[in-house]
Amino acid sequence: MSAGTDNAVALTVDPIACRAHGLCADELPEAIGLDEWGYPFLSTGSIPRKMLRRAKSAAAACPVLALRLTHTRG
Amino acid sequence: MNASSTARMHRQPDISHANGPSGVTRLLPPAGTARWTDHQRHYGPVLPASASSLVDIVRSSGLRGRGGAGFPTATKIAAVAAAAGRLRRAIVIANCCEGDPTAKKDRVLIGRAPHLVIDGALVAAAAVGADRVMLAVHQGSRAGTILREALAERGAGAAAVSVVQVPNRFVASEASALVRFVSTGDARPLGRLAPVWESGVDGRPTLVDNAETLAQLALIARFGDHWFRSVGDQEEPGTALVTIGGAVPRPGVVEIATGTPIRTIMASAGAPTTGWALIGGLAGRWVDLAAVAQTRFTTAHLASAQAVRGVGSIIVLPPRSCILTETARMLGYLADSSARQCGPCMFGLPAIAADMASLASGDRMALTRLRRRLPTVDKRGACAHPDGAVALAASALNVLNGPESGHLQQHLAHHGCRATAPVVPLGVVDSTRHASR
Ligand code: SF4
Ligand code: SF4
Repeated sequence: MSAGTDNAVALTVDPIACRAHGLCADELPEAIGLDEWGYPFLSTGSIPRKMLRRAKSAAAACPVLALRLTHTRG
Repeated sequence: MNASSTARMHRQPDISHANGPSGVTRLLPPAGTARWTDHQRHYGPVLPASASSLVDIVRSSGLRGRGGAGFPTATKIAAVAAAAGRLRRAIVIANCCEGDPTAKKDRVLIGRAPHLVIDGALVAAAAVGADRVMLAVHQGSRAGTILREALAERGAGAAAVSVVQVPNRFVASEASALVRFVSTGDARPLGRLAPVWESGVDGRPTLVDNAETLAQLALIARFGDHWFRSVGDQEEPGTALVTIGGAVPRPGVVEIATGTPIRTIMASAGAPTTGWALIGGLAGRWVDLAAVAQTRFTTAHLASAQAVRGVGSIIVLPPRSCILTETARMLGYLADSSARQCGPCMFGLPAIAADMASLASGDRMALTRLRRRLPTVDKRGACAHPDGAVALAASALNVLNGPESGHLQQHLAHHGCRATAPVVPLGVVDSTRHASR
């Protein structure tokens, strides 16, 4: 594994669990958009360091725990 | 497994090269070999082999899955074998459902050589160390009856094998939906977060392979990797079952050497290589047959010709047919088949089906809506069901904006067209889905 990727995290949504509450998009509008039916669109790739705190609150805001932060390999 | 039988396994390709079926008639034996005794006489026994030597021989055979995804079979077997252990035995599910209504190859195979599919499932079980094998069939299907009778003929030799009936729905035969149905009675996909090879039926590592894939495995275990590779394309060797339907003189299922040109396959159905065809199933692509006449039938060659191998079906449209109407109807079926768990699939598929139908009745704005919506539905479900519908719709738009743009103009000007009746076979949507039972 290359250096500098050890802390890379990305957002993933479990499409079966997601109920289109949209609360996640309020927390992190730069990385989470909503489609015409209210389901979240996530920006691909890892979350920049400065957004990490709010990405965590976005995941915490999801009432059905459908949004997760997962570690990626760069 | 002792050393001498392992050695025999390794020597086997050379010996059996002379004994294995020659030519391309491998999976579809002469009629009259469906019974257990006739099957044994025709194909001979499967010699026992160690799990690791089976994985090796499957890997060097180059066998890829024949259910649609085309994944290397050895990689899948090795992943299940690695996840399994003494306390967590693996399970094998033979997917004998053939959920795509354009394909008939698996049911023809099961009718002609049911014991080959069972042999393959048992070989797979030996390779992953499974103690249970389930043959998944659609409820009330003929395949189920045939396989149950075949198991009865084998008696104690097939004690670990049972037939499981799953609801007669398209998405119910998706791998994780089969696993979930067997575990909980709910036949909806589990989602990408839970790979079945790690944690499938009852949390056990589960190998799900298609009926044709397993039948090929049964032959590889008997006659070896060299024999398997002696026919077909170098990259994707062996034979393959292809369903040809629609407007052709002799529709049916043919066994071909992989890499056979589409022109040759069409000729076997007595059809010229002209006109439009749907290749790959309901999640397939529309192709101009004349343009792909020389294209060789493999996953890679079809992909480079903007087609897709998918479930290996070719449905030919009659001369005065309409890709727009066919596609709208297919999208309607795919929308009705959604397991309605994921928003983008549950809402997106009916939306794009309605757009395609509006376009067929002359609504110009539907084209704009489709262009905007297709990317918002693609890859956003827990299974690949919406992706297939999006790819089909995009393929239709390509044709309608390209070679068939005159036909699209006719729809826009006259709010429809005078095409012949649609020919792409669709399954019956299970209308009892919402009824209480
Ligand atoms: S908050 Fe949770 S349920 Fe709501 S849209 Fe976001 S992921 Fe989906
Ligand atoms: S994508 Fe569609 S068919 Fe697949 S699990 Fe989700 S709702 Fe069901």
